[in-house]
Amino acid sequence: MTQPPDQTVRPRLALSHISKSFPGVKANEDISLSVRPGEIHALLGENGAGKSTLVKIIYGVQQADEGSIAWNGETVAIPSPKAARRLGIGMVFQHFSLFDAMTVIENIALGLDEAVDRDELKARVAAILDSYSLPLDPEREVHTLSVGERQRIEIVRCLLQKPKLLIMDEPTSVLTPQEVDKLFLTLRQIASEGCAILYISHKLHEIKALCEAATILRGGKVVATCDPKIETTKRMAELMIGAELRQIVHGDSSGAGAVRLSVSGLTLAGEPPFGTDLEGVSFEARAGEILGIAGVAGNGQSELLTALSGERPATKADAITLDGKPIGTMSAGPRRALGLACVPEERNGHAAVPDFSLADNSILTARHRLPLTPLGIISTGDVKNFADSVIKRFDVRTTGTAALARSLSGGNLQKFIMGREIGQQPGVLVVCQPTWGVDAGAAAAIRQELVDLAAKGSAVVVISQDLDELLELADRLCVINEGRLSAPRAVAELGIDEIGLMMGGVHGESGHGASGHGASDLGEPAHA
Amino acid sequence: MLEWRRRREPSPAMLYASPLIAVVLTMLIGMIVFTAMGYDGFHAVRDIFLTPFLEPQRWADLGVKAAPLVIIALGLAIGFRANVWNIGAEGQYIMGAIAGTGVALATYDMTGWWILPAMALAGILGGMAWAAIPAFLRVKLQVSEILTSLMLTYVAVQGLYYLVRGPWKDPDGFNFPQTRMFTTDQTLPVMMEGSLVHLGIPVAVIIALVAWLLMEKTTAGYAVKVVGLAPAAARHGGFSADRVTWATLLASGGLAGLAGLFEAAGPFGQLTPQFPTGYGFTAIIVAFLGRLNPLGIVFGGIVLAATYVGGEIAQTTVRLPQAATGMFQALLLFVLLATDVLVRYRIGWKVRAA
Ligand SMILES: Nc1ncnc2c1ncn2[C@@H]1O[C@H](COP(=O)(O)OP(=O)(O)OP(=O)(O)O)[C@@H](O)[C@H]1O
Ligand SMILES: [Mg+2]
Repeated sequence: MTQPPDQTVRPRLALSHISKSFPGVKANEDISLSVRPGEIHALLGENGAGKSTLVKIIYGVQQADEGSIAWNGETVAIPSPKAARRLGIGMVFQHFSLFDAMTVIENIALGLDEAVDRDELKARVAAILDSYSLPLDPEREVHTLSVGERQRIEIVRCLLQKPKLLIMDEPTSVLTPQEVDKLFLTLRQIASEGCAILYISHKLHEIKALCEAATILRGGKVVATCDPKIETTKRMAELMIGAELRQIVHGDSSGAGAVRLSVSGLTLAGEPPFGTDLEGVSFEARAGEILGIAGVAGNGQSELLTALSGERPATKADAITLDGKPIGTMSAGPRRALGLACVPEERNGHAAVPDFSLADNSILTARHRLPLTPLGIISTGDVKNFADSVIKRFDVRTTGTAALARSLSGGNLQKFIMGREIGQQPGVLVVCQPTWGVDAGAAAAIRQELVDLAAKGSAVVVISQDLDELLELADRLCVINEGRLSAPRAVAELGIDEIGLMMGGVHGESGHGASGHGASDLGEPAHA
Repeated sequence: MLEWRRRREPSPAMLYASPLIAVVLTMLIGMIVFTAMGYDGFHAVRDIFLTPFLEPQRWADLGVKAAPLVIIALGLAIGFRANVWNIGAEGQYIMGAIAGTGVALATYDMTGWWILPAMALAGILGGMAWAAIPAFLRVKLQVSEILTSLMLTYVAVQGLYYLVRGPWKDPDGFNFPQTRMFTTDQTLPVMMEGSLVHLGIPVAVIIALVAWLLMEKTTAGYAVKVVGLAPAAARHGGFSADRVTWATLLASGGLAGLAGLFEAAGPFGQLTPQFPTGYGFTAIIVAFLGRLNPLGIVFGGIVLAATYVGGEIAQTTVRLPQAATGMFQALLLFVLLATDVLVRYRIGWKVRAA
């Protein structure tokens, strides 16, 4: 369905010699690339390689220090997103800006640059939903929608402006395999109508399935261009990181250690207004094992995490026990002191304080287990050393411990947060989306650390939507559905499509055919 | 064409420059306004903002006015950092003075070094008790502390009026609505012979240093900042927002109460209906002018003290009405909030998109 792009056509977008610096880093250096109408062009690179910065420049969110942008052959200035939209550039951010309590159509109306009559807008939205066969009810309130449906709102918003270039920054990191398949159908249709697409993702098998050209960035520079249809995913990953990929080494732990974390009949009302209630959640995690919890976002994962972390204590003390000790009613601090560490999915504002330095951010959760604040006095030197050791061990790309958390690229902040928790040697580690937005090389390193932590006798619980990841890591797997947890099953017994259907079925979006995912982010894709 | 451009990051330089820009702009606007009203605008502004600093004999007065402003603002700023908006420091200031005066009246025929510390303690506790009401209502019933603390100010004022006209009226005071004069053991020691410079001034500086250490170097200060910046992260890190609400309201109430007692046992030497001078409200301006930073607040306190001292000078030199002082203070807050735009935005030339 994707014709090889006509080489004679004038490029829709041509960047030449774009550079952009932040204090202490060259985020983009002398980047040139061009995208033709109808082309789906991938932007690949490690965390912090400068992908988001580059597309923000194209969308007018940031300004390049040097270089020029040509649009349909003419040099243009793009001082603001509004100017970008006027040219016909649309962008779907990883974090949606939607109002939960409003309907789909109201959210779309709010995002428009000019006021449009409501009935006319309804008709135009209906036409778009119909011609791209997007399943979405314009009158539903946003909080009742799955992540995939919310993303469709953002896509419809873009399509309303009849874009000639669509930018998508890591659109699939929160989607189920079924939702990814649907997204790809939509994107291919949009491209076939002549719209160029610039696509950022760390999932290389997706790039292979979708894109016909790729530009690979490393350290802010273009290091290679390639045709993803021809190149293997392993080769692309190695081009990105400029080195051989590490293969995860599993120890020969049998997972039959003592029970470290036990949850029995945990029931907790969801946080108003839109939270999911946890209903009778029970599971055990043993020393030396990794327990995976799969599920579509919004089925109680964040509620489960905050119930375990102690942010929202349970009503009964013995609903949660840690090494046999009832901790259900304890708050977050004492639980950490006893050895239970948790990493929530949201990095900015939950796992980390965006306006604090990395040093200050390490105080946030490490002070209970490490002597960082003796007698309530912050020991600046020890804090800095700890933050430094995390940065080194997890290869966090940053200007140092004084850098503000929000100046880090998404993946690098995640590496720092994971390192902060693993660096405390917790007895039990519960993580939500551990490699969310993390590049292939760093994701392998983080997964290896999780495996090693378990091998040393900790219990690890991984809550994730990424089935490839769960299958690679977990010894046992259960699925969370509308606040209920299924009985765990050994991973060896399960097929990926089976779990995918269990997860996807919840929102009435049963998959159509095989989802076509390899067993690993790094392995070869299962389909041609 | 000029246009506002959003900065990629808040400008640290502007964060500290904007209070200075605000002071200068306030002087300019004040000059224009008072000239338009037929006063000698130039001399008015010079007398209000410069004369208090240029004439050494005014410095003592400056310190006396700055001390309560600084002490109150330090407490308020800690709360503001945690998004706890105590607007009722004036009420806590009055309650502190009332509680301390209660001790003074009970001990008026006694002597001893312990009396003054007992009064100070009572002052702190009085202010805390008054601030505890909004704290309780916010933590237990989610009632906005902005409204409750403000409304309680008027209750405190009426309480003061009742006491000085009723049960606490000086029996030898020719029926004037005021309490007995405090004895020497009940009065703040004067630091400089023949002036009003009292112990409250060095105490204000010490409290500023302690507050700075607390905010920068302790887990308690860290808790305040996290709760203010990222409540979800605070919960995740095991900090209790309720505890921070309690602590910051009690701290700001206690400091306001202490300032009230210092004022009663210092410049006033008794309680009278004229006691509420609005320091508790002016301290809000001081806290923002000082960027909620304890050391900046010392600077902010001195600037606002100058508007009081200078306002009095200008009343005699250019016959400015007394209300002009309040106008300058309000103008300063207004301009300060306006110049804060510069922290997040910068002014640039508009470039036309091709
Ligand atoms: N606002 C900023 N202030 C300072 N540095 C920044 C800022 N934004 C980005 N950077 C730095 O620029 C570099 C590139 O960041 P960018 O977000 O473009 O990376 P990325 O390729 O999108 O990474 P990821 O895959 O992790 O999202 C990083 O070193 C990052 O720390
Ligand atoms: Mg990015």
